[in-house]
Amino acid sequence: MALYSEKVMDHFRNPRNVGVLEDANGIGEVGNAKCGDIMKMYLKIEDDIIQDVKFETFGCGSAIASSSMATELIKGKPVSEAMQLTNKAVAEALDGLPAHKIHCSVLAEEAIRSALEDYHKRMDS
Amino acid sequence: MIYADNAATTKISKSAADTMYSLMQETWGNPSSLYSFGQKAKEVLEKAREEIAAVIGADPKEIYFTSGGSEADNQAIRSAALLGAKKGKKHIISSAFEHHAVLHTLNKLEQEGFEVTLLDVHENGIVLPEQVEEAIREDTCLVTIMFANNEIGTIQPIRAIGEICRKKGVLFHTDAVQAVGHIPVNVRQDNIDLLSASAHKFHGPKGVGFLYAGKGIRLDSLIEGGAQERGKRAGTENVPGIAAMATALKEAAAGMEEKSARTKALRDLLIEGLRQIPHSALNGDAASRLPGNVNFCFEGIEGESLLLLLDDKGIQASSGSACTSGSLDPSHVLLAIGRVHDVAHGSLRLSIEDDLSEEEIGYIVQSVKEVVEYLRGFSPIWRDLMAGKKEFIL
Repeated sequence: MALYSEKVMDHFRNPRNVGVLEDANGIGEVGNAKCGDIMKMYLKIEDDIIQDVKFETFGCGSAIASSSMATELIKGKPVSEAMQLTNKAVAEALDGLPAHKIHCSVLAEEAIRSALEDYHKRMDS
Repeated sequence: MIYADNAATTKISKSAADTMYSLMQETWGNPSSLYSFGQKAKEVLEKAREEIAAVIGADPKEIYFTSGGSEADNQAIRSAALLGAKKGKKHIISSAFEHHAVLHTLNKLEQEGFEVTLLDVHENGIVLPEQVEEAIREDTCLVTIMFANNEIGTIQPIRAIGEICRKKGVLFHTDAVQAVGHIPVNVRQDNIDLLSASAHKFHGPKGVGFLYAGKGIRLDSLIEGGAQERGKRAGTENVPGIAAMATALKEAAAGMEEKSARTKALRDLLIEGLRQIPHSALNGDAASRLPGNVNFCFEGIEGESLLLLLDDKGIQASSGSACTSGSLDPSHVLLAIGRVHDVAHGSLRLSIEDDLSEEEIGYIVQSVKEVVEYLRGFSPIWRDLMAGKKEFIL
């Protein structure tokens, strides 16, 4: 049996929405280099819809795949819906993650949430 | 496929596999049986013991067959600890970057009331004999220092450490799993009392190894039962595996000098190539190093992603990143030589042999360059480093 599902390997090998959004209005970064995973999410939100999303990740295969899948799950969705994204949804969409890699999907959820919080903060000020 | 993970395991040699197969088919008797068919298996076993002893300069009576390196490490350390405890000596000296078979055994002994001193291995990954000398106390019963490190390949000054132990009357064990069959090892010349080795690291089969214990060193058995291995290791002997181990070791010893020179040349070519990657560093001393070991850290990337993408390019390697170690911490070996977490996560170990061509070495260098560059391309750490928001470590 392979370490990862086909879906994980697909998103790892061909990550969707990878890179930087210069005109992002919500940016979130979570994790730390000490633990070996950092995820950075860039959101471009207009009319309460996530028009565009990009990510940068330092981490293992499942961290990269989780970031990629998380961006796919929220792209084009209303902010309220993106706020509901759970790590479970990310892991399920990837056809599961090994037990010791679940934290990667948690990080993806946290990165999206952190970017959305940044967006709200910017809107409030 | 380019196999560059020989420190993890090696392919069984043709002659070792043939030895195994023919014994399984023809000489499958129990060596403890007294009829001639069983005694034939016993002969095979004792011949293997003699051959292995000859390669490492030991007496056949000093060789005990085990299930591998880990068992040999466990038994050697536990036995020495027990001998020490009987004399009221409960202090053990080791190093910070030993294999877990050693470190975890020492952890257990600590829980049982022993005191353990782990020596610093410095930035180059080498323990100095002076450190051992200074650390030895009245109550020291054992010094256990590996012959060569399994991750960064650094070869330790075993002979000098052994000499100090002899002088001080302290038992000396060495985990020689990465050394035996690759570099010269002689228990007499190197002043070794106890030594562990594993067959699958030198083109023998998996699940078999041996423990050398010098005359007069009473071993404590980990497995109770029959009187096999002079009562020190119960269980019917793995005759085909043991004989195949002897075949593989003889072969490795016979071709060592030539093979080692060829492997070293390829290793140095690989090191030179990888050094060209910006913000990278070789881990471990460049000179006192196993012939086939290359270990690098690349700043701004994580090791597991690197391994998976190299696998896609047909290259098998390993890493000391947290994700490959199964914990949140990167390799204890890299931390022991002073690499900080951020950098230790981005490590790559290539353990090669002389079956690779110079072209294949070039392909590995090119592939690593491409993958590192690609992963840095979307690494937030790399972005911060390039933007000057963080300082480069390497």
